Amino acid sequence: MLISALRIEGWPLDLIYKIFLDPFAQMAAAPDLLVQTLWEGLVGGVLYALIALGFVLIFKASGVFNFAQGIMVVFAALTLVGLHERGVPAFLALAITIGVMFVLAFAVERLVLRPLVNQPDIILFMATFGLTYFLIGLGELVFGGDPKIMITNDLYLPKGAIDIKMLGGFVSLQKIDIAAAIIASLMVAFLAVFFQKTRIGRALRAVADSHQAALSVGISLEQIWVIVWFAAGVVALATGIMWGARSDVSFALQIIALKALPVLILGGLTSIPGAVVGGIVIGVGEKLGEFYWGPLIGSGIESWFAYVIALVFLLFRPQGLFGERIIERV
Amino acid sequence: MFYREAGQYKTSYAADMAMFPVLQDRIGIIAILFAAFVVLPLWGNDFLLNAVMIPFLVFALAAIGLNLLTGYTGQLSLGTGGFMGIGAYACYKLTTIFPDVNILLCVIASGFFSAAVGALFGLPSLRIKGFYLAVATLAAQFFLQWCFIRIPWLYNYNTSGAIEVPLRTLFNVPITGPTATAATRYLVVLTIVTGMTWFASNLVRGRIGRRWMAVRDMDIAAELIGIRLLRTKLSAFAVSAFYCGVAGALMVFLWYGGAEAEVFDVNQSFFVLFMVIIGGLGSLTGSFFGAALIYILPIILRTVPAALGISLHAATVEHLTFMIVGALIIGFLVIEPMGLARLWQIARQKLRVWPFPY
Repeated sequence: MLISALRIEGWPLDLIYKIFLDPFAQMAAAPDLLVQTLWEGLVGGVLYALIALGFVLIFKASGVFNFAQGIMVVFAALTLVGLHERGVPAFLALAITIGVMFVLAFAVERLVLRPLVNQPDIILFMATFGLTYFLIGLGELVFGGDPKIMITNDLYLPKGAIDIKMLGGFVSLQKIDIAAAIIASLMVAFLAVFFQKTRIGRALRAVADSHQAALSVGISLEQIWVIVWFAAGVVALATGIMWGARSDVSFALQIIALKALPVLILGGLTSIPGAVVGGIVIGVGEKLGEFYWGPLIGSGIESWFAYVIALVFLLFRPQGLFGERIIERV
Repeated sequence: MFYREAGQYKTSYAADMAMFPVLQDRIGIIAILFAAFVVLPLWGNDFLLNAVMIPFLVFALAAIGLNLLTGYTGQLSLGTGGFMGIGAYACYKLTTIFPDVNILLCVIASGFFSAAVGALFGLPSLRIKGFYLAVATLAAQFFLQWCFIRIPWLYNYNTSGAIEVPLRTLFNVPITGPTATAATRYLVVLTIVTGMTWFASNLVRGRIGRRWMAVRDMDIAAELIGIRLLRTKLSAFAVSAFYCGVAGALMVFLWYGGAEAEVFDVNQSFFVLFMVIIGGLGSLTGSFFGAALIYILPIILRTVPAALGISLHAATVEHLTFMIVGALIIGFLVIEPMGLARLWQIARQKLRVWPFPY
């Protein structure tokens, strides 16, 4: 009653109604749709979190803002699929791909990081752009630029969907999404334990704190860098498999690296839990915004909505939600 | 031997503050300007002017714009493509609303629109720094690009969604539109770029530029010695966006002749950032070097296999170009992280003492 009375008043109230009341009324009217949207946002968020995780690993240990993470995802997935296409059995291809990622990590450390040690951050950032170009060229040269289908069956990844009856409707969950969520949680748990409990993990954290102090207690920077880049490569492979199973494996996938950036700054550049929480906030926020508020201002807002969410958070916490506090001295 | 400034005395303050205090530099710059203004338009062919020189100058201008912000003020920005787009669309709207106004005025005026938007998106820089700021400026980039697609008013409700450059003349010579010759357009771009470079080089060595550099080196320290961060950072964003906006307007009006929103996507921002970093942060000469390397290098690389008589598939050449450009970016950074401008400085120093290095 009240709402309909307000609507007659005129345009501004109508707009306020559409922004602040109507979406929530829609949510209350169709809870199953809301759950579906939330679930899709959650899965999208987990996948963003996986990419952000690769960024965080490298940023923590070497202070490099690795723009090439997106192309590493594509490159890993392409290598896997490309090898399988040439008749290599799926799991052998997986092992070889992991080997390729190790070689890549080793080469990056030797040819890019070591000569550029102690340079300003922006120079290293730029170098990862060079790496991006190189990997795009190499990937297309070796495996061709056409989109490929991820080998979900051969890797025994589940397919299809399950429908859950709830809240007076159906919520449809893709099995691959559930698998993605589980694998992502396992990886985060593994990395957390790895960082907290193992010898190498402790060395990694020491390097993240201070390169010089770590060197002075006998930690080899070179070795640590190879390890983190390799870890980021494996994370990239997992991400590539999951994204590839949802869509095709193609170079368009590297756009998702840009999607991971707001996740990254929202969670904080140095925090693994931050990457996960940031991923979920962005994923869910993006889907809700697109679904309920999108029609109001025209579609396609997902291209910038995530950035605006991150920007608003950043204005209150400039170091991200979980980032280390920025202390500046003159 | 040929490049020694011994014996060139500066006897007045003006001589000391001259833009090119060394005689050889003055001769060099006059030679370059002569070549650019007279030799190239007379003897250059259309391909050289249209596909090499005009884009090179446009990108150099955009790189100068970004360099003022990133190299001189230390604010990393990835919104360049968006600001270039603002310039292009503003110019298009201005010239279609006021068809009788001189097109060059429209081009320059469009820079002010871009500057206003740039200052607006520069506001977060007061609170956010470094890579966080870079990602925040990506918000500007994506939002602006979305606007170019979704607001039909910007492209006058064209069904194609693209902007078409109308015919505009200056002293009855067509300078934009399909009938303008390459040489005319080249001269217009060259004049604007030369003028704006001259302006920028005076800007960065004056009071404003010194403030920018103080903020770049340490903003808190700059604040302590009495520099107002708000004004300084926002002025850097505004001036940078102005340059990028004019570059965008030139790009569409005098090079492409028409454009869609995709032209101003995030890759354009990255492209200009490459030029700035490879050329040298905080160097205007470096912006030209960077633009030359990043834009002209792939053109040359594409012609190499054909010139060597190796027949490769076009796609293969494209992939190899990507790989080589990537490797060269890393290579240049390893050789000289301060950019090509630094290499040029080193070469100059070597030339000064040649042939008797000490």
